[in-house]
Amino acid sequence: MNFSFKTYLNKTTDAATLAVFRIGFGVMMCYGIIRFWANDWIDTVYLQPKFHFKYYGFEWVHVLGNYTYLLFLICGLSAIFVAIGYKYRLAIITFFISFTYIELMDKTVYLNHYYFISILSFLMIFLPANAYFSLDNYKSKKAFNTMPKWCVDSIKLLLGIVYFYAGLAKINSDWLFRAQPLKIWLPSKYDLPFIGETVMQQEWFHFAMSWSGMLYDLLIPFFLLYRRTRFVAFLFVIFFHVFTRVLFPIGMFPFVMIVSAIIFFDATIHHKILNKIKSLLGFISAKAKPIQYKQAYTVRYSKLILPIIGLFFAIQLLFPFRYLLYPGELFWTEEGYRLSWRVMLMEKMGNTTFKIVDKNGNSFLVNNSDFLTPLQEKQMSSQPDFILEYAHYLGDHFSSQGHKGVEVYVKSYVALNGRLSQLFVDESVNLYQEKESFKHKDWILPFKDEIKGL
Amino acid sequence: MKKLIYIFAVFVLVAACSESDDSNDNGVVDNYNRAAMQTNLADNIIIPSLESFKTSLETFSDANSTFVASPDQVNLDNLRAAWLDAYKKWQLVEPFDIGQAEVIGYRNQMNIYPTDVDNIESNIENGNYDLTHDNNNDAVGFPALDYMLYGLADSDTELLNKYQDVKYITYLTDLIEAMSMITEEVLTDWTTNYRSLFVSSTNNTLTSAVNKFINDYIFYFEKGLRANKIGIPAGVFSTNPLSEKAEAIYNGSNSRDLAILALDNAQNIFNGKTSINSEIGEGFYSYLVQLGRTDLATLINTRIDDAREKILLLNQDLKTQVEIDNTKMNEAYDALQLVVVSLKVDMLQAFDVSVDYQDADGD
Repeated sequence: MNFSFKTYLNKTTDAATLAVFRIGFGVMMCYGIIRFWANDWIDTVYLQPKFHFKYYGFEWVHVLGNYTYLLFLICGLSAIFVAIGYKYRLAIITFFISFTYIELMDKTVYLNHYYFISILSFLMIFLPANAYFSLDNYKSKKAFNTMPKWCVDSIKLLLGIVYFYAGLAKINSDWLFRAQPLKIWLPSKYDLPFIGETVMQQEWFHFAMSWSGMLYDLLIPFFLLYRRTRFVAFLFVIFFHVFTRVLFPIGMFPFVMIVSAIIFFDATIHHKILNKIKSLLGFISAKAKPIQYKQAYTVRYSKLILPIIGLFFAIQLLFPFRYLLYPGELFWTEEGYRLSWRVMLMEKMGNTTFKIVDKNGNSFLVNNSDFLTPLQEKQMSSQPDFILEYAHYLGDHFSSQGHKGVEVYVKSYVALNGRLSQLFVDESVNLYQEKESFKHKDWILPFKDEIKGL
Repeated sequence: MKKLIYIFAVFVLVAACSESDDSNDNGVVDNYNRAAMQTNLADNIIIPSLESFKTSLETFSDANSTFVASPDQVNLDNLRAAWLDAYKKWQLVEPFDIGQAEVIGYRNQMNIYPTDVDNIESNIENGNYDLTHDNNNDAVGFPALDYMLYGLADSDTELLNKYQDVKYITYLTDLIEAMSMITEEVLTDWTTNYRSLFVSSTNNTLTSAVNKFINDYIFYFEKGLRANKIGIPAGVFSTNPLSEKAEAIYNGSNSRDLAILALDNAQNIFNGKTSINSEIGEGFYSYLVQLGRTDLATLINTRIDDAREKILLLNQDLKTQVEIDNTKMNEAYDALQLVVVSLKVDMLQAFDVSVDYQDADGD
């Protein structure tokens, strides 16, 4: 088969597809911001804690006090502007910057789907999502019927990467041969009607769910791409995400994925959706000024944009494999674990106690609840980068209180996927002297078991 | 057909949107019978322990009446014996900070130590005090009585002399009466109201009785047992040991036994062992076995036994132990800490108790 990259780049597709995606994205993001605000999480996550965990290299990103609310407001408003397609380029850039800034403020609330939204909104900066059915069209009296196919395909590719890599992550011996962590999570959902006390407690079901979850993630992008299987695949998408939403506290993620999956459908569906929206907003069509529909949108500066997008995807494809550069068990050390679509993959809990020793040999244990919120303590207890950052925070704190020659030692027990808890950190290492870097943390004790997998 | 499927999908979506509520199960039997565990806890452990404690308080109150009528050495000795017996029975009740006990802050009005001697003396001096007020938590309960019965003076003769002053008699009596009143309140609420809720509220939600109890138990073991009785006096959380923060310091000879009783009680609760006839019923142990974690259940018992051994090596007065050889206190602390790790990390992971922080995707 003759495939020429150049030919591909010249292919076009209906502009309605991206328009629907834009609307769905903007509406969901706005709802997400409102939901976060309404749950008072801005206060509990960003304002109440006296200390925030930072991403390596982004320590300069600070919470803005009460102006944090303003930041959320800006983020929510830019999402609305994206949805209606008003000053789209400015809106999506504003959204990307404000949303990413919000996420950078505290590593405690890292979620794979927040990362997804960040990179998706980045990608959308370069896509002409306001070429059709947007307020910008209305103002400029110009719209486009088609656009380059890669504008839509790039989003499909990103979605495909998320699913596929999530599936790859599930190819490991704990997930497939021990049915962990589903073996812990499913039986605890005994409240569910019908299945809670029956099927959820059965071992065969745990294995069935593990295997089908892995297969779903790996195969669904392809079934969505292929026309014949698309509709059934979409039903599976709905079922899978609704089911996991009922089971787990994963917030907006299922809805984001369901709505995003609509992009795989044909243009006719998208036109139907837009017509439905148009009829719901009847008053707009009545006052519509005539818009001149041009045939094809051509991306300006494509010589610049295409390489950027190419680089973007190259990074997305390679980044999740960086864990290979580190020794030790990935689930244990978590070096290279984040930002790799490892979603709902393991059950890990820890109990981590910090001992402060000063120059005179006096020592005492720290009460973590004096410094961290319960959520922060939970995240810190089993993740080494958090432990190191907190150790430095404690060292600085007690030094500033007058203790001289402060040293910080950590006793940490961690349980992974239903194994008995083991010692996690070398207690003899003064973590206050260890520095954060991209190098392997040799003060993490080795994992006393083996998990085979990718 | 397509339309039907879409409608169905929307329906499922809407159904999934609704958060699960904390309503009770209507007696449906679970795969592990949590209701049976709650029943065993309530009927065979909590309520009997409360009743036994209430009886010991009545004896204590009677002994006080005798003492008030005639404050002599004999009656003082009897009063002290009644105090000690009640204190021992209290250890079996202290973990249960749930239901009405939680509402009124029962535990904080019964056993906050170290007691604040200045606060006590000023209360006695001024006369108008509200013993149920938060500000008086460190001037009431067993620790305050510890001071009143042993710490008022250096010798028994001088102590008895103090009770010639009616103000001291009044405060002593008021302390005991306050404890009796709130104990009555807590016990009555259990038998007339809370028990049925406790036994049926077995959903895996943040506020269900079963989850609250599991979390309360762990909190008690970590704070009430490990920290308060051993860790804090040993100076684990401070630069220096704080021997005066031990339990029953004025009595000066029973704090170790109180700690052992508390540990035994904690182990019994874990194993579902009844207070009346020591039969083993449903408890965390059997729950873990049902989940296939006999390894963990056995380990917890072993670690508790290890901790007991370490505590038995201590001086009968923990304050004294801190002062003569704090290393042994630290070893007891370390042994208790291992139990806490098994409970707080392994057991909580096995139960997968619902914790409502935020959205989470297993990261």
